[in-house]
Amino acid sequence: MMRPGQGRALRMLERAERWLFRIGTPEPAPIRLVQRRIYVLPTPAGLAFAAALATMLLASINYNLSLGYGFVFLLGGTAMASMVHAFRNLLGLSIRAERCEPVFCGDTAGFVFSIDNTRNRRRPSLSLRAHGQQVGFDTGPAQLTRVCLPCPTTRRGQLSPGRTVIQTTWPLGLIRAWSVFVPEQHCVVYPAPEPDPPALPEDAGADAGMRGRSRDGDDDFTGLRTHRSADSPRHVAWKVLARGGPMLTKSYASWSSPDLVLDWSQLPQQLDDERRLSRLTAWLLAAEQHNRRYALKLPGCEVASGQGKAHLECCLGELARFGAPREEA
Amino acid sequence: MIGRLLRALPIRRHSTAPPERALDRRQGAWLLGGAALTLAPHALWLPAWASALAALLLCWRGLLLWRGKRPPARLLLLAVAVAVAVGVRLEFGHFFGREPGVTLLALLLGLKLLESRAARDIRAGVLLCLFLQLAIFLEDQSLPVAALALGASLVTLGALVALADPGGPQREHLRTATLLVAQGLPFMLLFFVLFPRVQGPLWGLPADAFSARTGLSETMDPGSISELSLSSAIVMRAVFDGAPPAPTQRYWRGPVLTEFDGRTWRAAPFVEAETPFYVVSGPRLDYTLTLEPHNRRWLLALDFAGSASPAIRHASDYHALAVTPLRVRSRLALTAYPDILTGLEEDADVLSAALRLPADSNPRSRALAAELAAGAASDRETLARVIDYLRSGRYIYTLRPPLLGRHSADEFLFDTRRGFCEHFASAFAVLMRAAGVPTRVVTGYQGGEINPVDGNLVVRQSDAHAWNEVWLTGSGWVRVDPTALAAPQRIDDGLAAALAEFDGLPLMLRADMEWLRALRYQWEAVSNAWNQRVLGYDTERQRALLARIGFERVDATTLAAILSLATAALFGVLYLWAIRQRRAQDPLERQWARFCTRMARQGLGREPWEGPLDYADRLARARPGQADALRTICASYASLRYGRDVDKDALNALRHRIDALRNP
Repeated sequence: MMRPGQGRALRMLERAERWLFRIGTPEPAPIRLVQRRIYVLPTPAGLAFAAALATMLLASINYNLSLGYGFVFLLGGTAMASMVHAFRNLLGLSIRAERCEPVFCGDTAGFVFSIDNTRNRRRPSLSLRAHGQQVGFDTGPAQLTRVCLPCPTTRRGQLSPGRTVIQTTWPLGLIRAWSVFVPEQHCVVYPAPEPDPPALPEDAGADAGMRGRSRDGDDDFTGLRTHRSADSPRHVAWKVLARGGPMLTKSYASWSSPDLVLDWSQLPQQLDDERRLSRLTAWLLAAEQHNRRYALKLPGCEVASGQGKAHLECCLGELARFGAPREEA
Repeated sequence: MIGRLLRALPIRRHSTAPPERALDRRQGAWLLGGAALTLAPHALWLPAWASALAALLLCWRGLLLWRGKRPPARLLLLAVAVAVAVGVRLEFGHFFGREPGVTLLALLLGLKLLESRAARDIRAGVLLCLFLQLAIFLEDQSLPVAALALGASLVTLGALVALADPGGPQREHLRTATLLVAQGLPFMLLFFVLFPRVQGPLWGLPADAFSARTGLSETMDPGSISELSLSSAIVMRAVFDGAPPAPTQRYWRGPVLTEFDGRTWRAAPFVEAETPFYVVSGPRLDYTLTLEPHNRRWLLALDFAGSASPAIRHASDYHALAVTPLRVRSRLALTAYPDILTGLEEDADVLSAALRLPADSNPRSRALAAELAAGAASDRETLARVIDYLRSGRYIYTLRPPLLGRHSADEFLFDTRRGFCEHFASAFAVLMRAAGVPTRVVTGYQGGEINPVDGNLVVRQSDAHAWNEVWLTGSGWVRVDPTALAAPQRIDDGLAAALAEFDGLPLMLRADMEWLRALRYQWEAVSNAWNQRVLGYDTERQRALLARIGFERVDATTLAAILSLATAALFGVLYLWAIRQRRAQDPLERQWARFCTRMARQGLGREPWEGPLDYADRLARARPGQADALRTICASYASLRYGRDVDKDALNALRHRIDALRNP
């Protein structure tokens, strides 16, 4: 829970941590929390508790309460022990960043971490925080827990969790133990589709007329063919197999309109880059929805004509990465 | 004041704060349980209406929680808070001081719980509980109260755990809280023993810091001592260096009363000095006295106190005084000289004061005294005649004497003939004064019993007593105990033996409750040990203890150094506990990890993505000499890990193979 006043303090803490612990480069998985990367400090509630104990100690001295001394020291000792408990609650966890699903800009990305508790005791009240977002979870004894950290997106491109904090204030809420890591994890953020895009740009080319083509699709049943291992199980002719026949795949055909070419350079001049990307995104989605084959042309990059989820993702990925320095494979 | 109260009241002003999870039923049960345990012992000391209101507030909260309803409106709570403030004001007349403070705190806890919505409110409630658990020690630091406070703090800490871990099972919360407290105990012992003790108070205490206690007072009228006799509360404990004195010598001297108005005896002004007003001589008794606080200066020392310590003052009427009123349980090393003669050359003023009688009171007693004194050769003979008269008078010693009027001595001597020690002492003094012999009344305690468990001589309120001193030429002040004339057992065997029937005596003092008495001896010995070792642990004892473990002269710096070193050591032990529990792998995984680590040391660590068989291939290529052994190990791990049934022998075989790798 962040309060407005905490913002600056957190930023300063972040900077101090960066300097102290040389955080910055993403680490390969799995990240194992060893003792030297777990820090403990009192929470505001812990400071209030300490102040209360100090007051109680003063009262005990003033009224000469021998048991008062004992009581205050017992509570103090308990708070100290809780520091070790908080530390131990994180110690030995191993964290692995999982692949995360691409999202459109404006949607919420979900960074998925799998957190491995090798100890045979429960670890309660852990939480993960990145980009100001927080998610709480528990891990059962000797269990692998998958945690999704939702994170709203504001820009297309690649989003990384960056500096990620795993923390706990268990058992008394007086002490916070935390560890900072930078997971090697990216979420591809596609441009937001334009809300109300113009119709798909039909190619006015001569040979593109009304000539239909038969392709593999899923509209009409055309017959059976031998099974290939990549075929979807939904298309396997189970009835034939059940009768003792060979494993066959039902094949379908679809009749589709001519190929679309979604071209950056054909878009109106007055649109800026991001608006263009938004429109292309909307068109790609529309084309896929209408079962059209489509190609994408961007400055410096071209995706050949195709169809299907993989093709769509490839195109959207190009849009997301547009303008970013290309990684050298 | 209202402004302060409003600020102290739980009214949240930052409505912009993010909404936190509301108190759920199980967390609420922890918190309410802790609060109930905390408030329970306070009920003995709080005003009845405050206890009832606090209980009502807790029940109200419990009901709301059980029904899953929202806390009541803030305005309603504010009204209750104002009513509480008014009530406290009416009860105590002010807000400052110990009792109104604790009362306000107790009611504030109820109000805070009622309005608790967010985690912060709950934490504030927990802190209030802890404050109240400390506050109970202002009233009572006995063993049962300490145990109750410990239980309450355990449950309160459990509430904090339940708050941090709302999903966890209840039993685990209790387990965690207990473990935390258990791990806090060594810290507590360490700090309790080594933390520098400051003899308080640090600043002025409120006027009511020490409430009135029962005990002797500076006046005596018929009935005042018999009232005390109904209480078996402990006044003091004494440990003698040698054998304790005989019961007939156990006179613990309190205030000496000389002035008489016909009914009430009062203390006369006395002079105070650092040395006694008598010359000490004769046999000497050394003893240590532990006095319960009575908020007065007198020490109730055994007759007659020697000059043992600068903390003692002596009064001209021979009772010993402390420098300041005894507000805490105090231990004193004292000496007594039972056989010395006192007041051989007594001041004429003192003697004439010891002869004064109000002119218009007790006419029949005066007449009797004149009759007895007539023809007596000396004061000594007069004394003997008066003693004879009282002894032969068939006076009855009883805890429930009839009420007496204005001429108390007359009524006792001639009409009712039943009385307690104050009646005997008063009537005796009137007779003697009327006969012309200087006489005064001494109050204090007489007797006490030895606890067979720890050998302490215990003196109780029921041992309160009044006796006389008569001044005789050549002998000075001579002790005469007229009660002994009527009931000699009172002096030899104590109160219970002297009374005809049980006569309203407290249960614990009765002679026929043998087993109960044995139980009480045990319990009082334990309490005494607790009082001496734990509650009486002060600067003095701390120094003695440190000297015994080899630190002769410690200053604050050394103490701080020892304390921090020991704390660091305790932390080290806790840290080891934390990392020891880190691994709880199954035996197969442990063997496999051992193997991988050993390979990694030779630069052949397993990559995270490598399965056992791929790893085996790589290892075999890198170490062709051991290829077979390495392959066997990896293959048997794979079959044990992913195979159908795991058998123990195969696991042992794997372990032996890994061991055998040690010598390549």
